[in-house]
Amino acid sequence: MSVIETLRTRGEGRRLLQDRRLPVLVTAALFVVMFGFGAFRYQSYGFLDAQVFMNLFIDNGYLLVAAVGATFVILTGGIDLSVGSVIGFTTMLTAWLVEKQGLPLLLVAPIALAVGAFGGYLMGYVIHHFEIEPFIVTLAGLFFFRGLCLVISKESISISDPTVDRLAQTHVPLPGGSFLSIAAVVSLAVLALAFYVLHYTRFGRRVYAIGGNEQSALLMGLPVAGTKIAVYTVSGFCSALSGLLFTLYIQSGDPLHAVGLELDAIAAVVVGGTLLTGGSGYVVGTLFGVLVLGLIKTLIQFEGTLSSWWTKIATGVLLFAFILIQRTMTARRRT
Amino acid sequence: MSLTSLWRAATQHRLFWPVVALVALLVINVPFTPGFFEIHLKSGHLYGSLVSIVLFGSPLILVAIGMTLVIATGGIDLSVGAVVAISGALACLVVSKQADQGSVAGVLLAFALALAVSLVCGAWNGLLVARLGIQPIIATLILMVAGRGIAQLITSGQIITVNSDAYSLIGGGYWLALPFSLFVVALVVALSMALTRRTALGLLVEAVGGNAEASRLVGIRSRRIKIMAYMFCGLCAGIAGLMISSNVSAADGNNAGLWIELDAILAVVIGGTSLTGGRFHLGGTIIGALIIQTLTTTIYTIGVPTQTNLVFKAVVVIVVCLMQSPLFRAKVFGARARRRGRTQKSPGATADAAPQLEVSP
Repeated sequence: MSVIETLRTRGEGRRLLQDRRLPVLVTAALFVVMFGFGAFRYQSYGFLDAQVFMNLFIDNGYLLVAAVGATFVILTGGIDLSVGSVIGFTTMLTAWLVEKQGLPLLLVAPIALAVGAFGGYLMGYVIHHFEIEPFIVTLAGLFFFRGLCLVISKESISISDPTVDRLAQTHVPLPGGSFLSIAAVVSLAVLALAFYVLHYTRFGRRVYAIGGNEQSALLMGLPVAGTKIAVYTVSGFCSALSGLLFTLYIQSGDPLHAVGLELDAIAAVVVGGTLLTGGSGYVVGTLFGVLVLGLIKTLIQFEGTLSSWWTKIATGVLLFAFILIQRTMTARRRT
Repeated sequence: MSLTSLWRAATQHRLFWPVVALVALLVINVPFTPGFFEIHLKSGHLYGSLVSIVLFGSPLILVAIGMTLVIATGGIDLSVGAVVAISGALACLVVSKQADQGSVAGVLLAFALALAVSLVCGAWNGLLVARLGIQPIIATLILMVAGRGIAQLITSGQIITVNSDAYSLIGGGYWLALPFSLFVVALVVALSMALTRRTALGLLVEAVGGNAEASRLVGIRSRRIKIMAYMFCGLCAGIAGLMISSNVSAADGNNAGLWIELDAILAVVIGGTSLTGGRFHLGGTIIGALIIQTLTTTIYTIGVPTQTNLVFKAVVVIVVCLMQSPLFRAKVFGARARRRGRTQKSPGATADAAPQLEVSP
């Protein structure tokens, strides 16, 4: 009896460890623990104010969108290093078109999105059809878009367009007296859409299939070429959208905006439990990854005496911890 | 007949395309800078465009050589830029704390400390990759993110400046009429060439990169080889960090060696070493690094506006990579090249056939 019981619990334990959702749960738990720590330590500073939580979305909405795009690419086993540069370029292009050319934002936004998506499409095309490493191609993309920023202008362009102003200042009220910005709402909508696409459409299935084993996906007759190119297009589109949100957030275009943001995005995806080898992971995990990274920044702000570089060190330590967890999990699965 | 076979042998040599690119880049300079290839002797120092390309390119060559060995084992090291920053920051900190900044012993101590820490950084990467079996990109991403923070921690977020002749020798000084850094690079290159090509070490590295599991089964300590490769890469990055900080006599935790990892990986790929591991070509890497440095110099000398620097670089990178892609050559240049491309990369051929396999819904 007791032997059967132990066997059952052991089996359950193993099943739990093999569950692909575990990393997401761990990240979510970590987020809760960190938040509890903050609430306990900075209670008298108003950490428990609902707005502090909402600010996580307001301050990291653009990162969330970029990380969602990166999730698609990483799920297929690829990588996109051009994210930060595309964001920087979008802020620059938007600022330049709106301020210097006097175009309305309604016209500029689709242009910026199209440019980002087209850039992603081109990179995907080269990666798939000429079999050059994604790392190298998107690296060239990184240089290219950062260079284009500087071609537009070496100086930062601040935006005083009334539409941008109004959009940036609009508060979406929530029950309880807190609010979200437009950018935060858009980023959550993107997350929901990505969740739907990845889990409930054929395209999403293909993304997982290619990440699991590209050769098998090909032999099953899945359109590997189209899917791979589409994934980079999605990433380019998300980066451009993230750039638009960043423009709203910071209300200027600068050739040095979002330098190195691709690393934050990749780190958020990894912390969210997605395997960089592809084929396993959830876009909800990416949300928690972004929230955890954002919470580190918030905690360091609340602490007040810690310098900004501790953010980088803390992110590194966190990455290390999560990679170890992933590692032990995949090791168990193999045996 | 013999001419065509000679031509074919030359074009099929692995260094053919990199060398063509380098020569083309150098020749492009001639109409813009008369006397580009001239080298003068001024007050006992050699001056000239070629000398400055080598001088400013030496940190990149060093980092790229370390990177070649890591890539040869099937890995990649993203943290070299951070290691460059850490090593420069530490050395400058030690030197700036000394009463006599010019003392050779003090500078040597600073160098030793910085290189020791670089080795530790490399060993950390190696342990993560070889012992814990973490994917190299992520394993080194940790130090890439945290390392910049550590470098800023060392410098307390400031830019530390030093005033020491002994310190500025390694990055900006001259010895026997030549830049001193040239000797350092030559030493490292000679050492790594000798170790990998005159001993079995290079073969072992290629074996590990080709198939780590198989090489373990034939009795190669593949883990140890990998850790050594990462440590060597860390050491090279450390020396490069000393050069970069010595060249400007200052350490900047934020910007020292920024994006050098990308340039180094690029140099390795241009040099013909595949990112998948296995065969590696140190000679190709050096040419690759020189191509990148020549490109930077060319951009300045031919008067391309500096803001288009990065765009130009991106275009050249893509063109060089496309030229090296057998599939691209097959699609663009005639049937003979296509046949060669197909036999070299059969998975590519099946990928092309994918749409025909597709089942209509």
